[in-house]
Amino acid sequence: MKWATRANIHIDRAACAWLIRRFIDPDAHFVFVTDPDQVPDDATGFDMRGVGLGHHGDHCSFETILHRYDLTDPALQRIAEIVHEADLDDERFDAPEAPGLDTILRGLSMIGDDEHTLAITKPIFDGLYEYYRRATILGGREPA
Amino acid sequence: MTTPEEGGKWVLLSYRMPREPSTPRIAIWRKFKRLGVAQLGDGLVALPADARTREHLEWVADEVIEAGGAATIWLAQPGSAAQERALAQSMADARTAEYTAVLAQAEQARTADEATRRRVLRKLRAELRRIHRRDYFPPPARRAAETAVNSLNPDRPDSEENQPA
Repeated sequence: MKWATRANIHIDRAACAWLIRRFIDPDAHFVFVTDPDQVPDDATGFDMRGVGLGHHGDHCSFETILHRYDLTDPALQRIAEIVHEADLDDERFDAPEAPGLDTILRGLSMIGDDEHTLAITKPIFDGLYEYYRRATILGGREPA
Repeated sequence: MTTPEEGGKWVLLSYRMPREPSTPRIAIWRKFKRLGVAQLGDGLVALPADARTREHLEWVADEVIEAGGAATIWLAQPGSAAQERALAQSMADARTAEYTAVLAQAEQARTADEATRRRVLRKLRAELRRIHRRDYFPPPARRAAETAVNSLNPDRPDSEENQPA
């Protein structure tokens, strides 16, 4: 399936792309556009104005996608809190990981294109997911 | 059009919202405050344009529309350098007031016991981070506030406790 989002991706879009490819559509093909009008007819838009999978109320796009696709995995919920704080920074959640992750993503967007950012962030999000998956199993104890 | 001194790019949000209900109006107002926007007029706010500020204002625009209002986003340049300087100065002044308040709180805790200093240090560091995010034209008061907050740390060599008697 084809998915479209705004070019020059940051935390929310990078996290959404990872989420889509890993949990929704393993064959996802991403298109990056600079204007909502450029979204191809056969593509699902995310994290941009005027599409269903965007910000809604106080939710960032990552949270919207989790909700829309009934993804209730606690490890994903934790990542959603981090992405929310890195993106919206409204202190709704306690996510000390957020400022660091946001800085990494901003730096990545300065040194490469969106494909590069996706390639680098995939193992980062895979690792975060594994970490919080193990933390969930351990009942909250920090995994080593 | 010729501009002798090309100003920076600004992102503008022009919006209109129904007076009632007031909850979405207040939510928007809180977001403006957190973002540190410059209020150019009734229903017109501005931020220096970059990918992040533009995105934040775009989401606010959508929120206004979802609440039954109308909103448009514009990229603009000030018509004169003086106008831009005045705008930047007004934003820097707003941050100066915030940094000054932080500085005063840090000064007040300077001679408190260690536990209080640590608690105030944590609180003011968080406050500084919040201000930094909307500090687009850092004023001199920024450094003074940071220094005062950092010196609350009892473990620092420059803190009150570790000064030679």
